[in-house]
Amino acid sequence: MAENILEMHTITKEFPGVKALDNVTFQVEKGEIHCLVGENGAGKSTLMKVLSGVYPYGEYDGDIVLNGKVQQFNTINDSENAGIAIIYQELALFPDLPVYENIYIGNEVKNKGIINWNQTIIKSIDMLKKVNLKVKPETLIKDLGVGKQQLVEIAKALSKNVQLLILDEPTAALNEDDSENLLNLIKALKTQGITCIMITHKLKEVVTIADKATVIRDGQTICTLDAKKGEVNERTIIKNMVGRELNDIYPKRPEKKIGETVLELQDWSAYDQQLGRHVVKKADISLRKGEIIGLAGLMGSGRTELALSMFGNPKNYKIKGTLLLNNKATHFKHTSDAIKEGLAYVTEDRKGKGLFLTQNITTNITAANLNGISSNGILNMNEEVTVAERYKDSINIKSSSINQLVGKLSGGNQQKVSISKWLFVSPDILILDEPTRGIDVGAKFEIYTVMNELISRGMSIIMISSELGEVLGMSDRIYVMAEGEIKGEITSDEADQEKIMELATQ
Amino acid sequence: MRIVNEAKALIKENIRDYGMFIALFVIMITFNVLTNGMFMSSRNISNLLDSAGYIAVLAVGMTLVIVIRHIDLSVGYIAGFLGAVAAILLMQQGWSVFLVIPVILLLGMVIGLFNGLLIAQLGIPAFVATLAGMLIFRGALLQVTAGTGTIIVQNTFFNAIGNGFIPSVMEINSLHLTTLLIGLITILFFVYGEIKTRIDRIKYTFEVVSVPIFVLKLVFISFIIGYITYILAGYNGFSWTVIIVLVVTMIYHFITSKTVLGRQIYAVGSNPEAAHLSGINVKKVTYMVMGSMSMLAALSGIMYTARLQSATTTAGMLFELDAIAAAYVGGVSSAGGVGKVTGAIIGAIVMASLTNGMNLMGVGISYQYMIRGGVLAGAVIFDVITRKRGK
Ligand SMILES: Nc1ncnc2c1ncn2[C@@H]1O[C@H](COP(=O)(O)OP(=O)(O)OP(=O)(O)O)[C@@H](O)[C@H]1O
Ligand SMILES: [Mg+2]
Repeated sequence: MAENILEMHTITKEFPGVKALDNVTFQVEKGEIHCLVGENGAGKSTLMKVLSGVYPYGEYDGDIVLNGKVQQFNTINDSENAGIAIIYQELALFPDLPVYENIYIGNEVKNKGIINWNQTIIKSIDMLKKVNLKVKPETLIKDLGVGKQQLVEIAKALSKNVQLLILDEPTAALNEDDSENLLNLIKALKTQGITCIMITHKLKEVVTIADKATVIRDGQTICTLDAKKGEVNERTIIKNMVGRELNDIYPKRPEKKIGETVLELQDWSAYDQQLGRHVVKKADISLRKGEIIGLAGLMGSGRTELALSMFGNPKNYKIKGTLLLNNKATHFKHTSDAIKEGLAYVTEDRKGKGLFLTQNITTNITAANLNGISSNGILNMNEEVTVAERYKDSINIKSSSINQLVGKLSGGNQQKVSISKWLFVSPDILILDEPTRGIDVGAKFEIYTVMNELISRGMSIIMISSELGEVLGMSDRIYVMAEGEIKGEITSDEADQEKIMELATQ
Repeated sequence: MRIVNEAKALIKENIRDYGMFIALFVIMITFNVLTNGMFMSSRNISNLLDSAGYIAVLAVGMTLVIVIRHIDLSVGYIAGFLGAVAAILLMQQGWSVFLVIPVILLLGMVIGLFNGLLIAQLGIPAFVATLAGMLIFRGALLQVTAGTGTIIVQNTFFNAIGNGFIPSVMEINSLHLTTLLIGLITILFFVYGEIKTRIDRIKYTFEVVSVPIFVLKLVFISFIIGYITYILAGYNGFSWTVIIVLVVTMIYHFITSKTVLGRQIYAVGSNPEAAHLSGINVKKVTYMVMGSMSMLAALSGIMYTARLQSATTTAGMLFELDAIAAAYVGGVSSAGGVGKVTGAIIGAIVMASLTNGMNLMGVGISYQYMIRGGVLAGAVIFDVITRKRGK
């Protein structure tokens, strides 16, 4: 048997009010790709933070053994020196700095304390080659897509002589192409002897890439599955993750009751004054009562921009075209007008644009519908708590209480809060932008069920998603966007992956 | 034993809220011991609160400004300038005091809305916009007092705002009766409010603290209100300054904790983009907060002029920094979205207590500055650490 590069023994980590990790044992063999899976809030990110020194020695119980030696990391630097590199769920790059500076930040190429920029650029070219990224090292991070940014993060890790690379949901924000690219890179790194731990909710990826997969549930290790023994398949993983069989990924659609058109965009264009170009060009779409339409396309194809331009236009695009709401031409001056007229928009960027991280769950859920819990401008806080409790239970937000700060929830549970906020608005038209990003299989099913319930009550949904499976599984009709234009419309019966990709990459 | 544990848990959970009270308590007791009881004498406490008043109202407004991630450096000289305008209107134009006060407050609000215009509409950083205001109003103050120098205010009603006390119907054992009555009514209101909240929460089947802890809390806070009332009643009773500060605090506390507008202010501070997408009008909130800030600056100017019974050419100097310090000691966070107006009041009293106590002890002015700086830094460090640990 090959030796273990890492052994974590009986790790226990408590936060005020929650035991995030309870006697977790975790072993990784040298040179393998090991996936870490589990429901939202199971403790995956926390375990990796313990390993990388984010929570220093003494703040947890148990032992970390790396290459046979017990380690006591006090800072992230300690773990980096020991050969561990972690790429967090949220990317930690500096958008306004060039690629080469980002790669060597905190690990500068210096001579007597003075940075040698030329050397830095030359070395960074090497690193970019290693991750197969073809961009100039002088490019600014903000000018790269998420997929490429992810590669820069890996290049940064490689520059530190990493033996053990940890990736926390690296593909959550990537489309299929970029994801595949990334997984191939991880496989290539394996041949160079780099061990990799990857957290993901996309079980297909686990099946294709993992040598082993460890399942965590409620802060405890459930099992470690071995690909060589044929144990790594979706069924087994799910069974261990949720503790029961889950047969369908998509719930059965209720009887369809599609009514007349509620929303229509005609010849709709949006010009971004800051970027100096059109982000949406002459789009025509329609949405009927009780219908789910999918908006497919690659990153940057203008789907989010289209959604924002009709949702009160918070980015101040210059807009041309007509928006018909129940066949009446309408113009929203502010997002509050859109909300008043029954629209809601769940953003793809929950931390940046969706949530109030310094506030608790209750305040977040009611933020878009304060009128719903007040009269004459005065809040009824008891009513508010009832509302929050209702959503915590109904979509299963895992937290110590509704008073927990949202910034301290696990990624998936933050997403659930973000969705709850808009469900409490009870809109007629719900725009969901990447609704299941970072959400576990069980919770995805719950969210799909909620969507079905909403349309059977007469709501209409626009779903923007980069997960083709989800677009195909849930939509009645699909619009495909590329370069700000609607490239085509496909009904659910005739849609398949190829047709969508063909239109998206036209 | 159960009670002790519950109390411990409660304190641990709310350490940030209670921390300031504990700090104030410690400071007061320390000074009282060091000055042989002089510090807590009726006369001194009355003096201390009056000297904190004009900074306290600024600190309330400043807290909200910092909560929405801005800053207002212009408030000091706005207070100085408008205080001088008030003196001019009263003494040179012969306006009635009942007209002067609302006009000055209104002027303050207009100035604040202009600040709001620069910040919200034109997107100028608050630091720069209000730095410009600071220079402009400093100049304006010098301009309006150029001909006359210090303007003496001879208007008993106006001056009472800074020096007067509420009238007493009669005295019992040389204690101020109206003050005692107000104290008593406050306690009754407090107890009634707490009991009503508790009953409401039980009705909604929410968690409540156990009965002994609840009673303990009621008794403790009633005692503190009672004791302060008693101390003040032993001198001249509540001053108008204290009454004004209390009213301002109550109004702002209500707005920030119980109204939609309050929620919107904290939402904007916590994440402006998310607030905008949630249908909150970020610009409107910015206008309101900046407008209220300068209105409070106008109030501060009135209080200061009344206290000195004159408008001077240097009035308002460094008020803004004292107000910012009080707000930070009171627990506001520059990261936005966190901070309470009650904290700002405690912060202002803490800072005033330090000055007052050290003056009584005869500590040199150089050391006073250093110690106050140290306390400010300490308070912020405490805040940062407890925030990291918190839930
Ligand atoms: N700083 C913190 N303070 C308090 N509780 C925390 C903190 N960080 C995490 N938790 C809690 O610990 C638990 C585990 O969280 P963790 O982030 O490890 O979950 P996860 O498995 O990564 O989930 P996801 O798939 O949603 O990202 C959750 O219940 C979370 O609320
Ligand atoms: Mg996580």
